[in-house]
Amino acid sequence: MSLDPQRHLAQQIQKIPRSGIRDFFELVIGRDDVISLGVGEPDFSSPWHIREAAIYSLERGETSYTSNLGLLSLREAIAAYVSETFALQYDAKSEILITVGVSEAIDLAFRALLNPGDEVIYHEPCYVSYSPSIVLAYGVPVAVATKPENDFSLKAADVAAAITPKTRAIMLNFPTNPTGAVIDRAELEAIAKLAVEHDIVVLSDEIYSELRYEGTDHNSIATFPGMKDRTIFLHGFSKAFAMTGFRIGYACAPQALTEAMMKIHQYSMLCAPITSQVAAVEALRHGAGPAEEMRQAYANRRNLLMTRFAEAGIPCFAPGGAFYAFPDIRATGMTSQDFARRLLDEESVACVPGDAFGPSGEGFLRCCYAASTESLREAMVRIGRFYQKHVS
Amino acid sequence: MNQLLELLQKNARQTDAEIAELLGREATEVSAELEALEKDGTIMGYTAILDQERYAPTKATAMIEVRLTPERGGGFDRLANRIAAFPQVKSCFLMSGSYDLLVIVDGEDIREIARFVSETLSTMNGILSTATHFQLKTYKANGLLQSVPGESQRLPVTP
Repeated sequence: MSLDPQRHLAQQIQKIPRSGIRDFFELVIGRDDVISLGVGEPDFSSPWHIREAAIYSLERGETSYTSNLGLLSLREAIAAYVSETFALQYDAKSEILITVGVSEAIDLAFRALLNPGDEVIYHEPCYVSYSPSIVLAYGVPVAVATKPENDFSLKAADVAAAITPKTRAIMLNFPTNPTGAVIDRAELEAIAKLAVEHDIVVLSDEIYSELRYEGTDHNSIATFPGMKDRTIFLHGFSKAFAMTGFRIGYACAPQALTEAMMKIHQYSMLCAPITSQVAAVEALRHGAGPAEEMRQAYANRRNLLMTRFAEAGIPCFAPGGAFYAFPDIRATGMTSQDFARRLLDEESVACVPGDAFGPSGEGFLRCCYAASTESLREAMVRIGRFYQKHVS
Repeated sequence: MNQLLELLQKNARQTDAEIAELLGREATEVSAELEALEKDGTIMGYTAILDQERYAPTKATAMIEVRLTPERGGGFDRLANRIAAFPQVKSCFLMSGSYDLLVIVDGEDIREIARFVSETLSTMNGILSTATHFQLKTYKANGLLQSVPGESQRLPVTP
């Protein structure tokens, strides 16, 4: 007897479509001739001082559980960092929860907030986990499309139009994966006003906030009047400190919300791995220099990509943050999927089709520039050649 | 920090155009700045970094601690400059602490360096003592690790 998925698998799981990224991954995996601009993580290993701190921690035999909330020393270091960097004050003992990556924190937040049928507004194209995480928490995802003419930034008016009496939360991510978009202070402030007016909670995923270029500023929505009490500030170590595999994120939120997320975290995860937490403490204590060096390297590569896109005649707005460029390939008449697949076949370059991040990414391509300058140069020659051949 | 010089120090073989692309500047502008930096002596030269153990495995390198008598008026400078002028001296530094000069010397083999120390260096007027340490194995030189750790296994496509 074989298992009948329709009968045996939870309906909620069946509602979640297969990830577009995974389809594309299957095509690329096993091919070693490919230049990949398809990753969503730094190409640097974690700085040595961070790895060394993790090794030393293991040598000392630090292999136990930690507090469910996470090491107090880490929470204190985070409180200081968030205060200094974002001008937000959180109590290390009651308002900060260490999670296994920001992904876990997002899952916890939705599960802590949503009742079945509650709506969550998010902007799209976006990171692939937002909509599924909402569905898994029995919520209803309400996508607001960001537009090419706005450089994929979010407009408060579009958020306002999506608000209904069932709206419980708004999910924000600036700078944005996959577009590299940032948001104006004025628009963010207007969204904050909407949240206060309609009594909506905001989840703000600010994982790319350190990676900004050409003087782009960054504001956390939690800093606006009335917002700190209704914001779940989400951040982590993966991007700025190149620590993706350590899997450390955190949520800062009012005590009642932190407590609610902790209730789920303590039974599902218990705590984040102690080795990773110790490494994260080291990153905050001594990691500013190496992080700035990496940011500078991304800035250089971003310049390289922008120059090459312009030379090849491929329209691409200058992304204010993260390490992604999101060029417009609509002039070829191909769908994102076709373009990405044929680019892989004909030129052995892997870029993720924009629609893998939501339907409004159709006609675009995510190119990650967290790659060596040599491979970026070669990839851009190939992409340029491919584009010229197919543009109508 | 000068971004241009930092990039150049990582790889001096990049063309001006390639550097310009990374900095988002014009190639002509970069060329002009480099020319000025060469002229005023900030950039002293360009060189290749070799893996000595591969390129010349029998060559020897020694760090020599030298104590000397300071001279009235000139301090250590006159003698230090005389020592530094020998072509086999790769680097020469005035140091704080229990000795005065650190002299780094290259030789075809240990004997050649030994000869330099016993016949030349230690017989110079004003040299009080020398202590020679031979380099046995290189782990890192010029900021580059000798053994490159294994490539990280990044997946080709991730969200």
